[in-house]
Amino acid sequence: MAQEPQTLPQYLRFRARQAPDRVAMRERIYGIWSPITWRELYDYVKHFALGLHVLRLKPEDTVAIIGDNRPEWVIAELAAQSMGSKSVGIYQDSVVAEVQDIVTRSKASFIVAEDQEQVDKIIEMWPQIQGQVHKVIYYDPKGLRNYTEDYLMYFPEVLELGRKFEEENPGFYEAQVERGRADDLAILSTTSGTTARPKLAMLTHRNLLSMAKNLMAVDPLEPDDEYVSFLPLAWIGEQMMCVAAGLYVGFKINFPEAPETVQHDIREIGPQVMFSPPRIWENMVSQVQVKIEDTTRLKRWFYNWAMPIGYAMADTRFRKEEPSLGLRIKYFLARWTVFEPIKDQLGLRHLKRAYTGGAALGPDVFRFFHALGVNLKQIYGQTEISGIAVVHRDGDIKFQTVGLPIPETEIRIDEETGEILMRSPAVMVGYFGDEEATRKAIDEEGWLHSGDAGYLDEDGHLIVIDRAKDVMTLADGTKFSPQFIENKLKFSPYIKEAVVFGGQWPYVTAFINIDFANVGKWAENRLIPYTTYTDLAQKPQVYALIREYVVKANQDLPPAARIRRFLLLHKELDADDAELTRTRKVRRRLIAQRYQELIDALYGDQDTVDVETTITYQDGSTATIRTQLRIERLEEEAEPTAQSAA
Amino acid sequence: MPLQLRGFRYPLNGSTLEPGQTQLRVENISLSFGGVGALAGVSLEVRQSEILAIIGPNGAGKTSLLNSISGLYRPQRGRIVFYNHGREYELTKLKPHQIAAAGVARSFQNIELFRHMTVLDNLMSGAHVHMRAGLFSSLLYWGPAQREQIEFRDFIEDIIDLLEIPAIRYKKVGALAYGLQKRVELGRALAMRPAILLLDEPMAGMNTEEKEDMARFILDVNEEHGVTIVLIEHDMGVVMDISDRVVVLNFGRKIAEGTPAEVSQNPAVIEAYLGH
Repeated sequence: MAQEPQTLPQYLRFRARQAPDRVAMRERIYGIWSPITWRELYDYVKHFALGLHVLRLKPEDTVAIIGDNRPEWVIAELAAQSMGSKSVGIYQDSVVAEVQDIVTRSKASFIVAEDQEQVDKIIEMWPQIQGQVHKVIYYDPKGLRNYTEDYLMYFPEVLELGRKFEEENPGFYEAQVERGRADDLAILSTTSGTTARPKLAMLTHRNLLSMAKNLMAVDPLEPDDEYVSFLPLAWIGEQMMCVAAGLYVGFKINFPEAPETVQHDIREIGPQVMFSPPRIWENMVSQVQVKIEDTTRLKRWFYNWAMPIGYAMADTRFRKEEPSLGLRIKYFLARWTVFEPIKDQLGLRHLKRAYTGGAALGPDVFRFFHALGVNLKQIYGQTEISGIAVVHRDGDIKFQTVGLPIPETEIRIDEETGEILMRSPAVMVGYFGDEEATRKAIDEEGWLHSGDAGYLDEDGHLIVIDRAKDVMTLADGTKFSPQFIENKLKFSPYIKEAVVFGGQWPYVTAFINIDFANVGKWAENRLIPYTTYTDLAQKPQVYALIREYVVKANQDLPPAARIRRFLLLHKELDADDAELTRTRKVRRRLIAQRYQELIDALYGDQDTVDVETTITYQDGSTATIRTQLRIERLEEEAEPTAQSAA
Repeated sequence: MPLQLRGFRYPLNGSTLEPGQTQLRVENISLSFGGVGALAGVSLEVRQSEILAIIGPNGAGKTSLLNSISGLYRPQRGRIVFYNHGREYELTKLKPHQIAAAGVARSFQNIELFRHMTVLDNLMSGAHVHMRAGLFSSLLYWGPAQREQIEFRDFIEDIIDLLEIPAIRYKKVGALAYGLQKRVELGRALAMRPAILLLDEPMAGMNTEEKEDMARFILDVNEEHGVTIVLIEHDMGVVMDISDRVVVLNFGRKIAEGTPAEVSQNPAVIEAYLGH
């Protein structure tokens, strides 16, 4: 091809011409990995795009897509882009109001919805969106046979429309793709919305492709490499790997059979690259820790023998020192007896590298994977900069940093506010339909204001403290990140989520969510009876267990940042209650508002506090829980040190 | 072309009749054990593609009726006629395995699965009634026998997909949660590709969420595939929600029959349940 492709559909055409019979994607369906070649993928995209054209998709329209990771999701996105339109992904677990909000604000004229579950949401909101949306296209027909709504269409019907159109108008699609320009909008991407409702970032083909190019310049991948796409495609991280980098490099995308089979499917594929938010890595650590607790004494002995060797090796490498011969021999033995089998179980054996991003990952989790020999690297970026701006280089990893900027990316710290500013070809055009927010985010010189506080260390590595609004100033004047403390707590397999308060308050306190599965198992092994989550969380033994981990976390913290009081929440923080974002980040301010009485109690004299909360069920109905929570104090040990610090 | 394949590839309904035609006729059957009467002159009709619920207080004879249909009990009087493949089967004269081959599948109140086998093997055992290959060619696993095995294996995947159990395909049944075992049992009955499916308390002992899932699967099987279902259930909410018709038994006699709304208004039914 004479000219380099400018848009994602042009890349697709390029791949289909270059390697038509090579596998582009696989989906595990009916238990079998079924491949789709580049030529087939190209034809599907072409026919779906033409089908949408027949149904009167206009370039200024948006195609909203909601569902689990499937080839159809990506086909719909590329089809919209082929016609000069754009797509917006909606998190598949969103409740009706959230879906409706994004459909309305993105001005979507088509909705591609996976199955009955998603279609039911659309039907419920139909009266509010019917003037705007032409058709709702589903691709899993199960349970939808008797639906009579005339705006519903089955995915293959649209393909068929396109196929007919193609016969009568050969060359039409190719001309449309040819007309695409790098600065056309490719996707609207929802921001995570930790502080407000999600905004819609407008990202162009240039944004996405420059990001892919620059990331691949640092960490090259091959067309033979495998990637498993299992995180929501509405998330920028998945767009970046599965769509942008996938098309740019041409590596193989694998879609798991169902959300519950992801672990098994990753193991079967053995991917060369993975990108997951901290939650996934934290889960893996918990899983290993819990399994080791349950295994035979011999295996446990091996694990306990190997881990310190792994940690010693990881720390040596972090310090960029040569490991001694003795350590190398011990590590070799540990690797083949313990680390490789564990990596095999987790499906991490063939990894060239793995990324974590989207939020900060605790140093303990980081060291754990490096001890196993997994090349886990931090990524820093945000939706507004197409997902990634900064990454660790191989062999130059410091777990307190997020690494160095990728090519074509500039980083600056605002001298007054300490905010991280970034500039690159991957910075979004703006927020869709919100010029005021755009002006706040991007200044006249093109710097993106991240809203994160951070600084650069002596080697030019970026260190991210926290969201600028969340950074707390301790009693002794030092700045501290609640997220850092939360991650320390979350390293415990028994702690699922933690929300730390400080800053405007006299000392640091925390809400803690126990991990129901792991604590439940722990309780069963000790014959502690319990009924519900709420009941288990309030057992004195569970409080004692969690207290141990809080004390452990406190040891590594400066005295003024130590947790002095905590309580175990009666319910799990949930995205459906808007307490977490759809990417499972804590919405600190909203939680502080909603649980004001609990915070007051943490800073008061009571030993217990009564709570009454409303919870929202999947179907939108609500219920009220009434219970009493205990407040655990750690003042005996914290007080003298806190005084000495003051 | 994997995109075309989503949804159901194989029919699950083994009936050769049209919807609404009489699939099964129970004519005046009576059953007693020693001197104790379990059923006394019960008659009813099951039509193709309907969901019929059988309700009644404990000891009313519900399970006895299902056992008579599936051939585990033999009524002393009356007969049970089953229509399929253009034939009339007199079930009261057939052995249980012949009844199964004619197109009657069932699940049990207490799960009756092979606990030490995987989910997949349990499901395959349900398809066994349809396998034509003999012992010898199956042992050789060659030619038609191999092709048949592969086709059934593929068919089973439809059921795994329908019941949303891909994650437990290779798990031993004994290690699964109760609600999942119930699901596997339903799957095994479906693997027989039945003309009529008898479910004995499919939701007993489940929590609300598991019940809702099971109700959805039963409705999917009926609405998407047209499989005729006869079920015994204690949860009145479920019965009223999913069944087309209800038959009420009390002390071995049929005391009412009709739509859920009609039956719930019937004074005899109200009396039987409130026990005046």
